[in-house]
Amino acid sequence: MSKQIPQDELNKKFSYRLKQWMKGNVDQYVGLLEMQRQEEVGVTKREANRHKKEQDKLFAEIYDTENNKVYKNFLRFYKVAAVICCVALIVMLLVTVSYLPPIGDPTNPAHNEVVEKYIEDGMQDTGAVNIVTGMILDYRAFDTFGESNVLFIATCVVMLMMRDDTRKKGVDSEDMKYEPRFDTILQQVTYILFPLIMIFGIYVVLNGHLSPGGGFSGGAIMGAGLILYLNAYGIEKMRRFFTENTHRYICVAALSFYCLAKSYSFFTGANHLHSIISAGVPGRIISAGLILPLNICVGLVVACTMYSFYTLFRKGGY
Amino acid sequence: MLKIFETILLLGLISCAIAVSFSKKLLNSILIFMSYSLMMSIIWILLESPDLAITEAAVGAGITSLLFFVTLKKIHAMEEDIREDE
Repeated sequence: MSKQIPQDELNKKFSYRLKQWMKGNVDQYVGLLEMQRQEEVGVTKREANRHKKEQDKLFAEIYDTENNKVYKNFLRFYKVAAVICCVALIVMLLVTVSYLPPIGDPTNPAHNEVVEKYIEDGMQDTGAVNIVTGMILDYRAFDTFGESNVLFIATCVVMLMMRDDTRKKGVDSEDMKYEPRFDTILQQVTYILFPLIMIFGIYVVLNGHLSPGGGFSGGAIMGAGLILYLNAYGIEKMRRFFTENTHRYICVAALSFYCLAKSYSFFTGANHLHSIISAGVPGRIISAGLILPLNICVGLVVACTMYSFYTLFRKGGY
Repeated sequence: MLKIFETILLLGLISCAIAVSFSKKLLNSILIFMSYSLMMSIIWILLESPDLAITEAAVGAGITSLLFFVTLKKIHAMEEDIREDE
């Protein structure tokens, strides 16, 4: 049996404090970082009156737009400056366009060996019939990983800014009262359309390596379907299968899987090791190695992000 | 025939882009922006890049405009428009 450490010593230990902080029990910085409440300065009535008069006078001077010379001059300057800026920008852009190489010229910088390599060896290297997906999720998978992370971080930032913490759990806020609930036309249309939209979205995600589309497009379609469902049936029905936790778990799981899978393939690729994931027969659903699971990951992240953007913008919560 | 169609679409694109910046009501701007995205997605198909077309239709015409609508509702800009119409 381990020795019981007294509470005082426990409090001093860093690991214990970190654990408590992760659990959310005690905020270690309470009383250390917050601003102290400032005491009101004793103001007599006369001083306050004088202050108010001065303020009123100042405001009257500032907002007297008809006689304010500085304001009028600024307006004139503003118009002239706007025109000058616009013209300068247009000239700059036109000059830049005139320096672009002509369209379809074989000596253009875009037609170098990279494109040839992608088009000629793309199917053999990645096993994907759709060259675009092969490029995005195999040759340049690292970029796509960054993009997915950008989406996740964007959701986090929107949550920080728009989340309504004052709302009590289970109580509808003012906003929810006015939303058109039980709108029959919308509900009937959604009843027919929602499964079709979702199936189309899933199809686009799963067939990303065979036909046009892929994780991002399919995820956006699924997100739009979720938003439609939310509008028709309200947040209550949505909460049965999609809450804040669902979003968190799906995003973190998908991103970590993406990271691990791609780390493995980069590791084997860079060290010339034999990868256990084979490219398979091009044209089949289960082929193209890692592209299909990666597509699913990206699709899930994008769908969740789109939906949570909407809910956060709308009500400040799930 | 396809050439004419493409020209019409491109002209519509330019007129939409100009109309967005000149329309007084924010709601109208968003609707025009939506039609701009739709036209753009058709042009993507004509340019033989269906991947981009799907994304443009879903994100540009669908979700971005929805977010704009929600924001307008949040800042109470849409209600004023409706009241003015009445």
